[in-house]
Amino acid sequence: MRILEVEHYAKQFNIHHLGRKIEAFDDLTFSLKQGQFLLVSGTNGSGKSTLLRCLYRTYLPTGGRALYHSLHGLIDLARAADIDIALLRQEEIGFVTQFLRPRPRVSAIELVAEPLLATGMALNEAEGEAGELLESFGLKPELWKAYPTTFSGGEQQKVNLARALIHPRRLLLLDEPTASLDAQTRAALVGRLAWLKEQDVAMIGVFHHPGDVRELVDTELALGNKTGVAGYPKVEEVYVVE
Amino acid sequence: MPAISNPDQLVLDEPQLISRQPLLLARGMVKHYGAVTAVAGVDVTVYPGEVLGIVGESGSGKSSLLRLLNLEEEPDEGEYYLNIPGYASANLLKVDRFHRRELRINHIGIVYQYPHLGLRMRYTSSGNVAERLIMAGERTFSVMRQAASELLSASEFPLERMDDLPCHLSGGMQQRVQLAKAMALKPQLLLLDEPTSGLDVSVQALVLDTLKRLQRLTHVTIIIVSHDLGVIRTLADRVMVMRRGHVIETGLSDQVLEDPQEAYTQQLVHAKL
Repeated sequence: MRILEVEHYAKQFNIHHLGRKIEAFDDLTFSLKQGQFLLVSGTNGSGKSTLLRCLYRTYLPTGGRALYHSLHGLIDLARAADIDIALLRQEEIGFVTQFLRPRPRVSAIELVAEPLLATGMALNEAEGEAGELLESFGLKPELWKAYPTTFSGGEQQKVNLARALIHPRRLLLLDEPTASLDAQTRAALVGRLAWLKEQDVAMIGVFHHPGDVRELVDTELALGNKTGVAGYPKVEEVYVVE
Repeated sequence: MPAISNPDQLVLDEPQLISRQPLLLARGMVKHYGAVTAVAGVDVTVYPGEVLGIVGESGSGKSSLLRLLNLEEEPDEGEYYLNIPGYASANLLKVDRFHRRELRINHIGIVYQYPHLGLRMRYTSSGNVAERLIMAGERTFSVMRQAASELLSASEFPLERMDDLPCHLSGGMQQRVQLAKAMALKPQLLLLDEPTSGLDVSVQALVLDTLKRLQRLTHVTIIIVSHDLGVIRTLADRVMVMRRGHVIETGLSDQVLEDPQEAYTQQLVHAKL
């Protein structure tokens, strides 16, 4: 079953103080079924992350539409009311980056359990699941009650991934989640993604080393810079890997 | 919508998925102070459990708007609805003084930037909290004492200081007393007017953390006014940007901070350290 149909999606940034519009991507069309994994590839600056952010609505797309088949009904992510997007973020669409935004005096396990608590799960149960996931990502149990503000980059990343992946979503947007992970954690992450895929979670991902997720990829969307015109990426090709 | 300087501004659809009704609906709020128009036709919609941030520089009208929503001042024009039992279809700007007082006691809590606006400096901290319970009809000392201590503790106030006067407390503790007082009667709406602005950064982080925790536990609907974008990012789901009494931009917090549409908002965001 189709979950997302993106048509003629476009984003340009209007930088007022420069009096300039900067185009990130233009006229992107693709679709995604439940349980499918779409790899977005392209050089630096080709608009890969911008595309993910335009689907999550951290950025406002400037053209086209993204029809998402929500459990609540069909909706265009490009134009949906903020409150509808907030609802989808809480229940259906997740965004995974490599960066954690730790909060003072909030422990690792609390951060990871939070998305479950927001769904009304009891504290014990939520912290139990949080612990399991942190353990699978290789964060030492003695750190679970500590504050991630003091953690190393790699440890923070483990907390972040656990937090982003603990609550199953219907659509996951993955923005280089494997960057700078050690091999063991990367394997655990790919394992988690494979499990989510089995649960019919659709995923759109940008990966620095696409080899990490090669077995999961169903389709690929290649973005590229049009040579000679800096900052004007175009879709070069969309092909199926299978 | 007035004062939009960006003709490309994307107009979003009406909500379609959300099944809840807004808790708060204000339309066309206008407030003049003499020749100055502090609030120039502002609409606000907030859903239950949401945290709405209002940002803008000094004099943009954000605190004036909050005072209107707290029913402590009357606007010159506008309509204001709260979806709470007994008041759902009443324009609150038209209700009599008795009901206005009832609303302010039972359904709306507020924390001011300046503690002397929200606290009686000559009552003890626990007394300040208990006062709200007395207003709601509580008369038994032990019940009030117990409730005050629970509320102060929920605001992470050190209980050994609960019998101290607020004027003997630090700024961070004073804000915690205000918060306990504001939450005493479990209001549906909590208004925060620059709640951490006078505090040093480390204390600010602790108070923000308390607010976040309280919101998670009680699901209280919050409107927070701040000029500090970091505070807004930490707490708010959605943001309204005000300038010269107008709302010039609204959006999800991350979107307004990372992809601001208006020239003014871009300046505001980029001016942040």
